[in-house]
Amino acid sequence: MSSKTVQALDRVVIRFAGDSGDGMQLTGDRFTSDTAALGNDLSTLPNFPAEIRAPQGTLPGVSSFQLHFADHDVLTPGDAPDVLVAMNPAALKANLGDVPRGATIIVNTDEFTSRNLAKVGYTTNPVDDGTLESFHVHPVALTSITVEALAGYDGLTRKEKERAKNMFALGLLSWMYTRPTTGTEAFLTKKFGARPDILAANLAALRAGWNYGETTEDFASSFVVAPAKMPPGTYRNVTGNTALALGLVAAAHRASLPLVLGSYPITPASDILHALAALKRHGVTTLQAEDEIAGIGIALGASFGGAIGVTTTSGPGVALKSETIGLAVSLELPLIIVDVQRGGPSTGLPTKTEQADLLQAMFGRNGESPVPIIAPKTPADCFSAAMDAVRIATTYRTPVFLLSDGYLANGSEPWSVPSVEELPDLHVAFASEPNGTDPKGEPVFHPFLRDQETLARPWAVPGTPGLEHRIGGIEKADVTGNISYDPDNHDLMTRLRQAKIDGISVPDLEVDDPAGDARVLVLGWGSTYGPIAAATRVVRNSGRSVARAHLRHLNPFPANLGDVLRSYDRVVVPEMNLGQLAMLLRAEFLVDARSHTSVRGLPFSTVELADVISTTLEELS
Amino acid sequence: MTTIDIGMPVSGLRSVPHLPQEAAKQTKREFTSDQEVRWCPGCGDYVILAAVQAFLPELGLKRENIVFVSGIGCSSRFPYYLDTYGLHSIHGRAPAIATGLATSREDLSVWVVTGDGDALSIGGNHLIHALRRNVNMTILLFNNQIYGLTKGQYSPTSRVGQVTKSTPAGSVDYPFNPVSLALGAEATFVARAMESDRAELTTILKAAAEHRGTALVEIYQNCPIFNDGAFEVLKDRSQQEARIVRLRSGEHVTVGAEGDRKVLVRKGSGVMKFIPEAEAATGESGAVVAHDPTLDDPSQAFQLSRLDTPEMTHVPMGIFRQVSRPTYDDLVRDQVRAAVDTAGGPAGEAELGELLQGRDTWTVE
Repeated sequence: MSSKTVQALDRVVIRFAGDSGDGMQLTGDRFTSDTAALGNDLSTLPNFPAEIRAPQGTLPGVSSFQLHFADHDVLTPGDAPDVLVAMNPAALKANLGDVPRGATIIVNTDEFTSRNLAKVGYTTNPVDDGTLESFHVHPVALTSITVEALAGYDGLTRKEKERAKNMFALGLLSWMYTRPTTGTEAFLTKKFGARPDILAANLAALRAGWNYGETTEDFASSFVVAPAKMPPGTYRNVTGNTALALGLVAAAHRASLPLVLGSYPITPASDILHALAALKRHGVTTLQAEDEIAGIGIALGASFGGAIGVTTTSGPGVALKSETIGLAVSLELPLIIVDVQRGGPSTGLPTKTEQADLLQAMFGRNGESPVPIIAPKTPADCFSAAMDAVRIATTYRTPVFLLSDGYLANGSEPWSVPSVEELPDLHVAFASEPNGTDPKGEPVFHPFLRDQETLARPWAVPGTPGLEHRIGGIEKADVTGNISYDPDNHDLMTRLRQAKIDGISVPDLEVDDPAGDARVLVLGWGSTYGPIAAATRVVRNSGRSVARAHLRHLNPFPANLGDVLRSYDRVVVPEMNLGQLAMLLRAEFLVDARSHTSVRGLPFSTVELADVISTTLEELS
Repeated sequence: MTTIDIGMPVSGLRSVPHLPQEAAKQTKREFTSDQEVRWCPGCGDYVILAAVQAFLPELGLKRENIVFVSGIGCSSRFPYYLDTYGLHSIHGRAPAIATGLATSREDLSVWVVTGDGDALSIGGNHLIHALRRNVNMTILLFNNQIYGLTKGQYSPTSRVGQVTKSTPAGSVDYPFNPVSLALGAEATFVARAMESDRAELTTILKAAAEHRGTALVEIYQNCPIFNDGAFEVLKDRSQQEARIVRLRSGEHVTVGAEGDRKVLVRKGSGVMKFIPEAEAATGESGAVVAHDPTLDDPSQAFQLSRLDTPEMTHVPMGIFRQVSRPTYDDLVRDQVRAAVDTAGGPAGEAELGELLQGRDTWTVE
């Protein structure tokens, strides 16, 4: 065994960066899995270009994966990496600005050729020109050592050998942070089972990387990060898209209804389509439609037939689906619209995160067209948010927006897997018999006779005898659902549809204010949960009080929200848009909510939000 | 368990519940809703509605298992007047909505009612993809060559030169031939009928309903307000026989009355043309074309569809194409069923639990 020292750390942030084709996402994923298996709490942030293979070695082609793991609970993927793995000059240049002085940088010196340096505008080599003198630099000839380690594999071309360099890097980092590689070995065995030579090469590269760390003097010590103290339970690591897909399947199961997805591929939502397409064994039907409009049309058709109709998309897709969402509002049928938000407007930043579709979800339709909105706060929370969306859709017979975002979709964290018995019961009753009588006293079915408590109309599915009825997007008469152009009826129906959504039962907003004397409230929604919680923790650790609350329900708002807002001297609303929630709060409650906004395609950093809170506190003192 | 034998036609209504043999015959009245019909007086839609209401009982299906889905336009009001399940949706989207319904509910007989603007303009994409997929449903495309509900603009089937409110100097838009379009979109059943020829319309509707897959029936329909007389030359008894080409499976393709009959011939793979019957007998102008809608190759059906011209000199009517191909919805359901069967039956709580746990878990005590 190694005679090197082992140091204990409480937390580490590692960023793997390389060319799009270097396999950085895979490397990050594997390191994450092995870290999760060790029992650390963690949070991840993949960051990749929209182009599948941008020109090699260029700045636009840089792909990175950041992982934050610790022996305590982790709220964000971390502001700044403690370790940067730079596979080429472009990766170094693109990421160096985020790396604090004193941090460790591992560079693949093989790629620091004059040609590659010139590609990104380096006139001299930053590895030895003093650029990196404030950092702890490990120059490693990753590519050539990998190729050398695979010298015996005659069946492989040099290119194929070079491609295993990410496994070498993973092996090296696994040694540095004392991660087991058994999980990765099993993964590789499954992935490359059909190509024994490639499998053997990857396993060899992984071991070579580990051995390199252990034997080379350049790496003086390795580190351990003890498992986090997490509540008892069975855990797995999930991305937001995976958790969301599982939530939909679990909801369908608990409702005993078929799940039907109509979807058109779009980044960053496509992985939900992929995940659900693989779950046919659970009775899930997925249809890849000809366009976004057909995707939601298919979902709505399935809902009319008594299924849980779901469509998954991102902002540009929502724009196309708007008319059908309006139809679903008018038909009063259950429907789930998953919007995995990305940078906009238009095509915007397809692979980067943003939460600027809130007002689109809220108002982006013609006429008075209220739709409930639910936003998960962390990747794992996408599971219960999806179940909640199905509950509201089926109980109130309404389309529901589920607003995830690119950060939640691709980011991951450990999830305490719930037992099936503790999941909510979502059974709904279809209408089975006439609910009225005609003037002659004959039994008839009134498709718009509402439940007095929920204001939901009956869900009468085709195939039910005696309940044949016609509904459409034209205004319907109250109760009978027949076409009606009557002015008073339209006024009544508009108000009924609004009252139904306003009356949806959502839990009160819980405020986190441990000291109980805070004058400032930080209110967020969606994926800003982690950075806000981390920032308030930083502020509290410095002895100051600040309250924090997070909205899961954006429409309707929790009933106590107005009272909560009015009980603080100052309300700060950080959002990855230009102040959309703040606008709603101001309009609804006449409170002076202050926006803090950023649309850089990246989550807020803890430091940035802690500064905002500190400044606000200083203004009040 | 659904299994499709390719080549063996399976009824489009096979999985839809039928009335018991001993049950009283359904009537047109039972299929008529209590809603007042609100089309303009003289509209061709009335005739089609009457034909459909009278024909539906013949299918012997349980009424509650029939669904009519429509888009927007005059024709799309159709579902309100039938006492079945109905969904009047939004402009152009009915085929997409019907696809979701038909795929998730094999026990339903799904019908789409649409018009030339709804299906071929705003909803063109959904139409071609429904046809390509071959979803088990019947699409009735009412073609009046005009926008009616928006009050008289030209449509994608209006003739070049047609003067409408939006084309005061005449339309310069080249029209679609809906039958050619459908054939090009890989449709497995394509037919054309006249609204006024009830017997023929009923025959075609029955064949369309029986077809497993997407059946497209184009129905020429007169708009008495904005495009009156668009099909007058085909309705006029003195011209009808010289213009309408009645496609009959297994028969020679002919036009014209006895004594003045022309026969469709084709030399090699050349263009089809009508020549006098007597001339055809020599065989010099090519082989006489016999109609066969079941040909796998759609070329002949396509050529027949091209006989049609804006002048309506020769307009083929009847079933152009009727072939059997596995339907999208059957295949989708088969995949789900196979996955469930292979796993030993529907997923229960235990299987859901396993799914949630995934393959890579760890336990915190």
